[in-house]
Amino acid sequence: MSSVAQKRGFGATVYDWMTSVDHKKVGIMYLLGGLFFFILGGIEAMLIRLQLLTPNNDLVSAGLFNELITMHGTTMIFLAAMPILFGFMNYIMPLQIGARDVAFPFLNSLGLWMFIFGGIFLNLSWFFGHVPDSGWTSYTSLAIASEGHGMDFYAIGLQIAGGGTLIAGINFLVTIINMRAPGMTYMRMPMFTWTTFVASALILFAFPPFTIGLFMLTFDRMFGANFFDHTMGGNTIIWEHIFWIMGHPEVYILILPAFGIFSEIFSVFARKRLFGYSAMVFATVLIGFLGFMVWAHHMFTVGLGPTANAIFAVATMAIAVPTGVKIFNWLLTIWGGSIKVTTPMLYALGFIPSFVMGGVTGVMQGAAPLDYQLHDSYFIVAHFHYVIVGGVVLAIFAALHYWWPKMFGTMLSEKLGKVTFFFFFIGFHLTFLIQHWLGFWGMPRRVWTYMDGQGWNAANYISTIGALMMAVGFTVLVINIIITTAKNVRVTNDPWEDGRTLEWAVPSPPPFYNFTQTPLVRGLDTVWIEKMEGNKSGFTPSEPVVDIHMPNGSIIPFFMSLGLFIAGFGAMYRAETTWGLTVLILGLLLSFIAMSLRSVKDDLGYYVKKEEVLRDLKSKGGSN
Amino acid sequence: MADIEVYKKSAHELALSHRRARKSMRGQVMMFSLMIFLTLISFSIVTAYQHETLGFSSYFTIPVILLFAAVQVALQLYYFMHMNEKGHNVAALFMFIGVLLAFAMLLGYITIVWW
Repeated sequence: MSSVAQKRGFGATVYDWMTSVDHKKVGIMYLLGGLFFFILGGIEAMLIRLQLLTPNNDLVSAGLFNELITMHGTTMIFLAAMPILFGFMNYIMPLQIGARDVAFPFLNSLGLWMFIFGGIFLNLSWFFGHVPDSGWTSYTSLAIASEGHGMDFYAIGLQIAGGGTLIAGINFLVTIINMRAPGMTYMRMPMFTWTTFVASALILFAFPPFTIGLFMLTFDRMFGANFFDHTMGGNTIIWEHIFWIMGHPEVYILILPAFGIFSEIFSVFARKRLFGYSAMVFATVLIGFLGFMVWAHHMFTVGLGPTANAIFAVATMAIAVPTGVKIFNWLLTIWGGSIKVTTPMLYALGFIPSFVMGGVTGVMQGAAPLDYQLHDSYFIVAHFHYVIVGGVVLAIFAALHYWWPKMFGTMLSEKLGKVTFFFFFIGFHLTFLIQHWLGFWGMPRRVWTYMDGQGWNAANYISTIGALMMAVGFTVLVINIIITTAKNVRVTNDPWEDGRTLEWAVPSPPPFYNFTQTPLVRGLDTVWIEKMEGNKSGFTPSEPVVDIHMPNGSIIPFFMSLGLFIAGFGAMYRAETTWGLTVLILGLLLSFIAMSLRSVKDDLGYYVKKEEVLRDLKSKGGSN
Repeated sequence: MADIEVYKKSAHELALSHRRARKSMRGQVMMFSLMIFLTLISFSIVTAYQHETLGFSSYFTIPVILLFAAVQVALQLYYFMHMNEKGHNVAALFMFIGVLLAFAMLLGYITIVWW
């Protein structure tokens, strides 16, 4: 591998990406995979909304509708929102802490391929004609009774993808703990790095219970166990607890990085230091911790009793406090700032009211007695779309515009970006605001269709129009990306001109070794400090130019994940076919062979020679 | 394969690391014997309980062997998995948080969900 650009064939390029352990390439692949599943989930959403456009509609059958809502939820949470955020974490976080790669580059690649194979496994269900249909929560009274292989696809697909998530989370934790540049203390870390850290800690604690729950579900459905079957002494409520012990932290895993993205954007485009940085850090950690203490608020109507409901109601409302701290800190960051309303800033400004609305309806549901009224109504649908779309998806779009120049070296069109924003933002509120009232008017969620004359027609019609506007907004974004890539106007290190954190001190896109010299960090917003003191490059090195140790690429992660993917099909068809058991064993064997190859083969990486680094430096005109 | 940097220790560093290794070995052997001793006690308590020896009721036996189990886990972590050495603060923090969360969930289940 060499930093000298060479023309390579298509096959060689694909192989290079498949074997890459470079955090930047892995990040881009996470992003592409996530966007692919985002489009799939979006198409499912459009079909759901078109079905509900008019009363007594029969665009899709009732069974297909169940499959659509299940796959929409599962895809959007596990295969779209989380991987896209992982993409940004992978690409940006090592740059922000002044590292050359993540702590375990091999595991990074393994996590990516497990996500991709898990996602493909889950979505292949459409081609097999057995699609998950018990809701994304997969409550086992439905999931065990579900016929065909639909829920098997859910259990095994999420098991594989969830393994990848856990690997990625541990990797980020170790990276942030061990690989910060000299001077980068914990309280000098950029907010996005902090939120990545806390979200990764949540993954570390939330995903193992889910893994166990999914194994129990797998054994119940495929191997004759009875963990959740009450007629055999099991208990279906246990699944609900296990699911929400993962499920509630999961939404914080999504929203905390979104908070981090907006914290970066606010301080860059208000051109002010983030207001109350230490309070922000404290609030992030507190939200992470409280996120584990509230899982039963999804189960108020299960019948846990007044004591449990009261405790979980109070814990739930407590989360509003650190979240409120964050909202006020963002407002005070903008306050008196020299504001530039760029596309990312527009998203950030739109995020505050949208997310506050989602948060307030969350506190409403946190009141257990009221939740008895709201439970399983469209009010719930409105609430969680307000926090996920109004928080996470807006953050993803904002980050896409904000970091696009850093990742691809070109600037997305600001004009088209604003068009995207207005279509998406107005469409989003049009879709989901009215759904609060639909809930109040008694429309239950997860219904295939509804009768005429209940006063729901107009609201559903409006909602569908909003959904179509969001689709238009996203299409404009895709067009924007294509136009920008075709024009290919290259940008400098710091295209927004007000970059504050270390990723803006390296070229766009950065060389594969990120930093020619490890940077020295002299405070929070280190690049801003350097620029204010007249150092135009925004960068003070902490070491002379030396040989750089880098990891070798490897195809082994691909085969490890492929083995699990094959074994999944074997497990699913084990009972009813003769080849099932063989395929299960062969798939696992492939994974184990790949693992032992990795274990016996010493791979110590390679060095980028000092001369090569100096040559790169010279070709760019000396500065970093 | 590129060259790998080889770091040669000085005589003093070598002596220091030998001294540390000896000390660590002494600690490990001591803890290992302590753990065997604790296991023996646990077994004797259970045997005494099974033979209905006076004073060895289930209210005594179960808490005591659980306590011994907790001590053994801690010894295992600190001596054999090297948590007593420097540079394990963050790992320790995460383990304690994990234990705390698991305990909270278990407590939640036992007191308000299953009761």
